[in-house]
Amino acid sequence: MSRTEITELQGDQLADLHQEARRLMTICNACRYCEGYCGVFPAMMRQTAFSDRDLDYLANLCHGCNGCYYACQYAPPHEFAVNVPQAFARLRADTYRRYTWPGFLSGLFQRNGTLVSVLMAGGIGLVLALIHLFQPPEVVMGEHAGNFYAVIPHNVMAWSFGGVFLYAVGVLLLGFLRFRRDTAPRAAETALSVAGATHDALTMKYMGGGGVRGRMDGCNYPAESFSQVRRWFHQMTFWGFLLCFAATSVGTIYHYLFGWQAPYGYTSLPVVLGTVGGIGLLIGPLGLISLKRVADPATQDGAQRGMDTGFLALLFLVSLTGLALLLWRDTGYMGTLLAIHLGTVLALFLTLPYGKFVHAVYRYAALLRNRREQRF
Amino acid sequence: MTGLSEKVDVIVVGGGGAAMAAAITAAERSARVLVLEAAPKDFRGGNTRHVRNIRYAHNAATDFVTGAYPVDEYYDDLLRVTQGNTDKELSRFLIERSEDAADWMTAHGVRFQPPLSGTIGLDRTNAFFKGGGKALLNAYYATAEKLGIECRYEAEVTDLVIEDGAFTAARVRHQGREHTVEARALVVAAGGFQADIDWLKEGWGEAAEGFLIRGTGYNKGRMLRVLMDRGAQTAAEADQCHAIAIDARSPKCDGGIATRVDCVIYSIMVNRKGQRFYDEGEDIWPKRYAIWGRLLARQEDQIAFGIVDAKANDLFMPSMYPPLKSDTIRGLAKALELDPGALEKTVAEYNAACRPGEFKPEVLDGLATEGLTPPKSNWARPVDTPPYYGYPLKPGITFTYLGVKVDKQARVQFTDAKGRTVPAANIFAAGEVMSGNILGQGYAGGVGMAIGLVFGRVAGEGAARLVSN
Repeated sequence: MSRTEITELQGDQLADLHQEARRLMTICNACRYCEGYCGVFPAMMRQTAFSDRDLDYLANLCHGCNGCYYACQYAPPHEFAVNVPQAFARLRADTYRRYTWPGFLSGLFQRNGTLVSVLMAGGIGLVLALIHLFQPPEVVMGEHAGNFYAVIPHNVMAWSFGGVFLYAVGVLLLGFLRFRRDTAPRAAETALSVAGATHDALTMKYMGGGGVRGRMDGCNYPAESFSQVRRWFHQMTFWGFLLCFAATSVGTIYHYLFGWQAPYGYTSLPVVLGTVGGIGLLIGPLGLISLKRVADPATQDGAQRGMDTGFLALLFLVSLTGLALLLWRDTGYMGTLLAIHLGTVLALFLTLPYGKFVHAVYRYAALLRNRREQRF
Repeated sequence: MTGLSEKVDVIVVGGGGAAMAAAITAAERSARVLVLEAAPKDFRGGNTRHVRNIRYAHNAATDFVTGAYPVDEYYDDLLRVTQGNTDKELSRFLIERSEDAADWMTAHGVRFQPPLSGTIGLDRTNAFFKGGGKALLNAYYATAEKLGIECRYEAEVTDLVIEDGAFTAARVRHQGREHTVEARALVVAAGGFQADIDWLKEGWGEAAEGFLIRGTGYNKGRMLRVLMDRGAQTAAEADQCHAIAIDARSPKCDGGIATRVDCVIYSIMVNRKGQRFYDEGEDIWPKRYAIWGRLLARQEDQIAFGIVDAKANDLFMPSMYPPLKSDTIRGLAKALELDPGALEKTVAEYNAACRPGEFKPEVLDGLATEGLTPPKSNWARPVDTPPYYGYPLKPGITFTYLGVKVDKQARVQFTDAKGRTVPAANIFAAGEVMSGNILGQGYAGGVGMAIGLVFGRVAGEGAARLVSN
């Protein structure tokens, strides 16, 4: 399916995504050979019929490890043409569009690569323009011994970025709640389901390949042979992101709770967290992008490549500019580097709810339902 | 490289579990091995593509079996399902040699899954491959590549050159060209003849036309025919095979496991005339699924229909094809193109013969009909709760048993000019093509894989020994 075709998915084609997923699950449920790979097939086996919402759930429970594709006796060119990873990837992308807010922005998912580039350029330009507008050149180009607030006052930074961030979180939360309401109506979470799903998310359990302890070989990614490499790169990205987020949070606590103002020393907690996280955010996204370039197109939804790559590239650039800012914060480049870094961060925050990041939200909702149902 | 070597140490004909076990074993003993697989790469591996587990002897529970399955118990099971129709010495040998099956497979890349819900009551005796047979084949072929084994697809062996009882070369059609490849030993692991309907007719008559082939469409028994023509002795009869009930709407070939329908024990099974013909509740399903292929083959048009009502339809694995459905028996009969009056009569008679009692779907509940012929010995509840569902079923043949006779070294047995039995000097057989030595009739799940693995390895060892001498 070409990019334009998927971009212009209309109602009937949308039904086709569910129809195809349902056709596959009906075949898979009569076979069940893949029950050892991941959570999807045991979850499928708990049902005999599949509503559209069940299929949305299963599609988001799928981590795209491709184990079931290469193991499938019915994979194309067999006449049953079973290709679960690809069908579910397409359906996942569709859930991202359907559950976003406001609805008229759902088209952004299809033009994500463009969106990311435009927002990044715009973000950098905007921050640069603003600091030049409000600060004289000797301040922007001056040396401030790492004191960012000399260029952008703390309150301005905190309020503007805090505001954008809260908007992003709000949209994501809304998506989570609506998706959960539809795919798991009237379900009450328990401490066990939350702990279990959190464990599955943090360990990337379903990228492990499943099976017998000590014999889990990982994903069939980027191609047919088994490998843990995707899981490692994803973990670096994920933990890198979390550590950077933790660095910011610690900085915020220092600032407001203890009145300790930035800049913080190289061995201080926020800087160490940010540096380690930042390195993860360089290696992880770069690794995932390079794997994506050689991934077997048979299992991928090619239409999502722009979205995937856009998000990963943005994470990489946020980290790169952040580390550069740390390195040269004592020089006259600080003001400009700060503007560039903040511009990328702005673009990241703004695109969070309209790009690849949302997979985490729906994946977690799916993992929750999976854990709840596992008890039966 | 896509060409074909002109001379190797060992030629393996076939590309399934037995062939790859032989090829890997021989290559590990330094033989230069050429694997000739008739199917294209996407469909490589014969019926192993569709398998899921192996039955092997083991003395304790492991990560993938729930308990011990000693040699003696396995042997008793085999004697029972074959009704003694087996080469007892070879069977015993097979079972004893199966003990390290899981270790050998694991060492060659195969991964097993822990015993899970889908393991159809075989979780003690059989180890289940994670992802099934195609995943297993992927692992074998990856191992073969590492060992430098030359694997050629769409490479069909059309004839064998056999001089003075010794194999010297194979005639191969590969990518539209004819080749002659010389080798010092030959392993035939090319499967049964189940995809050759004309040959099936030798055992089954015209009924063979109604058979569906569950597995690969490439097993046409060419190698078996060549060996038989050259005087190889045979084992098992032409009508003996592993066959089960599958959905009548399945493709002619290669439908595999998903086409299986498990409704039988909770249903009443009727033929084209709308009449019952066998005790559906004779025993638990894992012990009976393998007899229904033969039962269906003997019905008119080789078709029968499993009829269940709403209270029974969720008791068995969901089917790939949706059942036909109606709120009345009459409506269902029409949907199934049966005589409505006949089906109504059969259902009424059956319902009248049902007796009150506790229905226990998981065990032999003894809930039997009274005064009905044939009886239904267990799970006999009236079919009275609409909607009613009908599953059209046909015999799905997995593999044929008629094959070449072998000894414990997997050497094909020939009859010489004086009528004496002589083992071939350098021709070995493994897998379905010699399964008749073990399976004279009947079947137990996972035995086919054991035959392929054990005799494949023995054949590979024997072939390599000839080369190194």
